[in-house]
Amino acid sequence: MIINGVAIDATFAEAFPMKATRAIITAQNEKWAMISAQAMTGFATSVIACGCEAGIERVLDPSETPDGRPGVSIMIFAMGGKGLAKQLETRAGQCVLTSPTSALFAGIDGGTRIALGKNLRYFGDGFQVAKLIDGKRYWRIPVMDGEFLAEATTGQVDAIGGGNFLVLAESQPQALAACEAAIEEMRQVPNVIMPFPGGVVRSGSKVGSKYAALGASTNDAFCPTLKGMTKTDLSPEVESVMEIVIDGLSKEDIDKAMRVGIRAVCDLGAVNGIKRVSAGNYGGKLGPFHFHLQEIMA
Amino acid sequence: MSALTFTLKQRPDQRVDMSPLVCQKLAAMQFSDIAGITLQNGKRKIRVDELFGITGSDAQNIVIKNSFNKLDFIGKDLDGGRIRVEGDGGAYLGLGMKSGEIEVSGDVGLYAACEMKKGFLRINGNAGDFLGAALPGNKMGMKGGTILVKGNVGERAGDHMRRGNILIEGNAGDYCGSRMTAGTIAVMGRTGRYLGFAMRRGTLLLWNQPQASARFNDCGAHTLAFLPILFASFKKLNSKFSDSSEAFNRVQRYAGDMSEMGRGEVLVKIS
Repeated sequence: MIINGVAIDATFAEAFPMKATRAIITAQNEKWAMISAQAMTGFATSVIACGCEAGIERVLDPSETPDGRPGVSIMIFAMGGKGLAKQLETRAGQCVLTSPTSALFAGIDGGTRIALGKNLRYFGDGFQVAKLIDGKRYWRIPVMDGEFLAEATTGQVDAIGGGNFLVLAESQPQALAACEAAIEEMRQVPNVIMPFPGGVVRSGSKVGSKYAALGASTNDAFCPTLKGMTKTDLSPEVESVMEIVIDGLSKEDIDKAMRVGIRAVCDLGAVNGIKRVSAGNYGGKLGPFHFHLQEIMA
Repeated sequence: MSALTFTLKQRPDQRVDMSPLVCQKLAAMQFSDIAGITLQNGKRKIRVDELFGITGSDAQNIVIKNSFNKLDFIGKDLDGGRIRVEGDGGAYLGLGMKSGEIEVSGDVGLYAACEMKKGFLRINGNAGDFLGAALPGNKMGMKGGTILVKGNVGERAGDHMRRGNILIEGNAGDYCGSRMTAGTIAVMGRTGRYLGFAMRRGTLLLWNQPQASARFNDCGAHTLAFLPILFASFKKLNSKFSDSSEAFNRVQRYAGDMSEMGRGEVLVKIS
């Protein structure tokens, strides 16, 4: 399959089951909601070392938030429910509770309930107040700038992590420009996050390593500087490869995000140095969800 | 199916225990069985069809017409369904109500919604003393649900209240929120003496400044984030509480009762 001079590989991205949750952070203005959201989703690019993958889903209009203030929706993904709950609690405690004027609300009403403000309330040292409003429990925790309001729980749902595609370009700037264009479009898709810095990862990994202690290592088949010394997957003109990783609540959400992302890459086309779009395929070692590029773009 | 309607034929001299006439008890009963239910009326028992004209068949939707203030225990332990009372209600209306909805077009007597657990009670007139309170000797009053009173309420509203909302468009009598453990009482009108007497936790939300009390300490003026959420939850009510011009988030906060735990609060609107 070729779109605008860009070859779409007959391959698939391999993804795996995860647990996910969503939280809504509000603040006095969008600036401070975003600062808090960025702190909460920081150092959360990959479960390999961060314990979770997190990202900002979108900015929310005051009319969309529970307290009518500007807000940001964030999502956190982890390999299991226990790890997810731990990450959510520590991140909420250190990054949202501490952030001026912030409030924290559930972003998923159904699912298994996990603690959001439920345990943060103990910071209130006995002065905390619970309010049960319309079946939802909120904690009012006295803090130095007033009161930190946090919903007691949010929902944990089954999700999928590790959807991805690779952009192969003639130069590094061209690969990055294509990925930036893709991310801009993909951020409009609900229920997904792209957890890496700016949504783009330049250090795609393969499963395993020559070093026993490491579970993952550089994807040498896609490293342009190794073209002459490994079993490469790159043609001579490809000088740079970048990857976009997608975590989503469902296969359909990831399908949609990949479709709009790859379309944005292809819109730049061969004239802008984009040669191929491929995907991280680890021969079935990684996960049960397969996202076939040509089916998605058909 | 039309609503199961009980129309009072004539007002008895003695009080009537209406507790058998709730939706869940009548759901599986035939018309003749319902007519044959006996109600306690003073010292004697009286058949339902002796007291009421009965029409309709939908037991999930009960209407009591020509009701007056001696019909006690209407909607006692109601567990789903709807009861509409046309006229006044007696004492203990909605006692221990578990779920469902009761609407009264007139006034109600003592202990309305006392020990209510869930559901919605709407009183379009006034309510007597001990609204949403605990029965004498009991330690837990209302545990959930919402009571909306369009008129005034008597003394000791929310006594020993544990959870839920009592919304009063009119005035509240003395000892409003006394011995409250938690929950919210909102009063748009005036409040009487000894507001929040011995309250441990909970919120008294007021539109007007109450009488000063040494038992409450001023915590200053604040903008509280939970108030917009609380007011948003009132939107579905056909009430002044659903009017966005009545909502506010800027309040003077008083903590008390300091002679008790002192974790309760009186929030007074700052205009």
